Amino acid sequence: MVSVCFYFQVHQPKRLQKYSVFDIGTNKSYFDDTKNKTVLEKVAQKCYLPANRLLLQLLKKYPEFKVSYSFSGIVLEQFEQYAPDVLQTFQELADTGQVEILGETHHHSLAFLYSKKEFKEQISLHDKKIKKVFNQSPKVFRNTELIYNNELAKLVEKMGYKGVLAEGADHILDWRSPNFVYTPKNSKIKLLLKNYKLSDDIAFRFSSQYWTEHPLQAPKFAQWINAINGNGTNVNLFMDYETFGEHQWQSTGIFNFLEHLPSEILKHLDNNFKTPSELTKLRPVAELDVPHVISWADVERDTSAWLGNDMQRSAIQKLYEIEQQVKSSKSESLINTWRKLQTSDHFYYMCTKWFNDGDVHKYFNPYDSPYEAFITYMNVFNDFTKKLKEVSTWQRKKQKLTVNV
Amino acid sequence: MNVLMFGWEFPPNNSGGLGTACQGLTKALSKQNTNIIFVLPKEKPPNTEHCIFVSTNTNVNVRYLDSPLLPYITSKGYEKLRKQNTSYGTTLFEEVHRYAELAKQIAENNKYEVIHAHDWLTYLAGINAKKVSNKPLIVHVHATEYDRTGGNGINEQVYEIEKQGMEEADKVIAVSEYTKNIVVSKYGIVSDKIVVVHNGTEMEQHQINKTTEKLVLSLGRLTLQKGVDYFIYAAKRVLDLRNDVTFIVAGSGDMEHALIEKAAELGIAHKVLFAGFLRGQQITEMYSRASVYVMPSVSEPFGIVALEAIKHHTPVIISKQSGVSELLNHCLTVDFWDVDELANKIVAVLDYSVLAEELRKNSVEESKQYTWEPAAKKCLALYQEVRSW
Repeated sequence: MVSVCFYFQVHQPKRLQKYSVFDIGTNKSYFDDTKNKTVLEKVAQKCYLPANRLLLQLLKKYPEFKVSYSFSGIVLEQFEQYAPDVLQTFQELADTGQVEILGETHHHSLAFLYSKKEFKEQISLHDKKIKKVFNQSPKVFRNTELIYNNELAKLVEKMGYKGVLAEGADHILDWRSPNFVYTPKNSKIKLLLKNYKLSDDIAFRFSSQYWTEHPLQAPKFAQWINAINGNGTNVNLFMDYETFGEHQWQSTGIFNFLEHLPSEILKHLDNNFKTPSELTKLRPVAELDVPHVISWADVERDTSAWLGNDMQRSAIQKLYEIEQQVKSSKSESLINTWRKLQTSDHFYYMCTKWFNDGDVHKYFNPYDSPYEAFITYMNVFNDFTKKLKEVSTWQRKKQKLTVNV
Repeated sequence: MNVLMFGWEFPPNNSGGLGTACQGLTKALSKQNTNIIFVLPKEKPPNTEHCIFVSTNTNVNVRYLDSPLLPYITSKGYEKLRKQNTSYGTTLFEEVHRYAELAKQIAENNKYEVIHAHDWLTYLAGINAKKVSNKPLIVHVHATEYDRTGGNGINEQVYEIEKQGMEEADKVIAVSEYTKNIVVSKYGIVSDKIVVVHNGTEMEQHQINKTTEKLVLSLGRLTLQKGVDYFIYAAKRVLDLRNDVTFIVAGSGDMEHALIEKAAELGIAHKVLFAGFLRGQQITEMYSRASVYVMPSVSEPFGIVALEAIKHHTPVIISKQSGVSELLNHCLTVDFWDVDELANKIVAVLDYSVLAEELRKNSVEESKQYTWEPAAKKCLALYQEVRSW
């Protein structure tokens, strides 16, 4: 018996607008609302709306079919603001009862690596948001970019999650297969590992003319799933939802592939679909020790896409250094802005490691160069700390006044 | 392979990047089994040391023509020079034609397979040599009249010579895609006749101990093309925010006085220092003090100086209107007219030390590939192609 478990990531950052040193202290807004709206609307047309429509049909047609999603809180906010119709179709999907929503950090942040306190607060913010929007309580956790280690598993286990997702990276699995359920070292929570080969066949290689398996069609892919029977209990296909229509354009045949996939997989009577929560009911085959941080990014499967150079590390350290001050300001708008500055994408845009080869990563970068990304981010940060200082000074004065009175 | 090459300056008697480019290219070519007869107009009698330097280190044979041509001279500037010395022709164009006449003789008296002419002053010489010898001609576009004038007040005579050279050449070399676009759009040359050969630099890495002072450097000829006025305006914007920054303008040219006056008029004369034309060790010293190098050119066909600044471990901010920006990833770029953005980036490099360090580290690494060797290889392949026609 092989259970296919789909998880789709839905996320769009709140991109910053160009922010010069001359903008500091001018009250210019940090975020590029126009661009964020344009991008969201574009991706809605190319991906979210057609993919949701198709999945809704498929879920109705095949009651055995199941999928799961994880939404960043900031993409949900942007749906509410710019594309309520998209949000509505996601809600319809959730209402089918065949769709599970996962937990994550509200601001798609790297907080786990810098502040456990902030990490937990963002998870609980997200939890509330998901309850409100989808009327579900996440039972399985996925951290930003599948960033994971033993410590993370322990932490979310304590928070009550039944399962946690991670990359089925070669260097943690060694000879073992990602197609079973594991537990982290000294934990009871279930560890669900991405089958990166089969996931990336869809997410990255689908339209590649250089790939020997091109063109990939549903029957062939279903055969690869069938072949796992006897060698595994589950196949975890984890990918960005934008794979459908945005990363792989409609003209590549990606929707056609998706449309035929459930029926092809169900042709084999030993196959079925399971949500992540259902997988956590399976018996784990072994403990997996992951002392060092892994992620699902790049060939390195580490955090170097966000924290690989000194600009990235310096920017994020400075941001978390002011956590205490931001929180004690009690200013909701300051706290909220500080959190939006935590979104991992801001640091991703500063990555220099692939900049030489004109990599596809550039496609996702709104800046001309990682250096421009850093300059804009730091100028915004400097304006933010200035505002923070003003608020703190004002509050101290107010406090003094109250004491004196 | 034997090449008859027409140039007009050669280090140390050069006033800009063109001589440096000719030196770099010819050295690299000579290492690839190419013999070059390098024809030069003479500004003053050749200094022996220089001749030995060229002929001993390379296969380049420097020959001097009796001509006062200077590579970057304008017609007006030439008139001035002419008044001081009456033994030469009366206008720059007469000199160009005289140089071209003398070229015939040299073309007849030497053996070579290909003619290679560098920039407009030598194009007529190249054309004449082609007529005499029936050998294929390549013209090498290091700059055009559009770059030198910024598109305003184009000298028609210069334009005509440039156009004629490009038309009569069998192939045209452009130093960048940026220049190729100008050759296509302004001179009407078909694009498959043009080959882009990016310049390189033969400069060694200079690991230098940077000082901590906040010093912003611009280095280049002080002409309209180089956009140094935008550098002065950006300095003003930076100094509006803070006064702990010094700006250095190194180089000489016809805009020098206007720039000094501009700085005074903006009230920043005490913060903008004019260093004059620098050479060798002086340049290295200047880079060792510079926190950042700025090349604000209005139109820069290539911009070798940016590569040299990087070799001196200096982060660079360069104009988007430049050829070198096609090559460099690890630099900051600005539109030359965007003074506020230039000021923003200058302040960023000064304030964010991790930015300066990341730029420095990555650009030094990146610049290692930009030597003259690949440029010479491309030229050689082109020689072989035109010879076989």
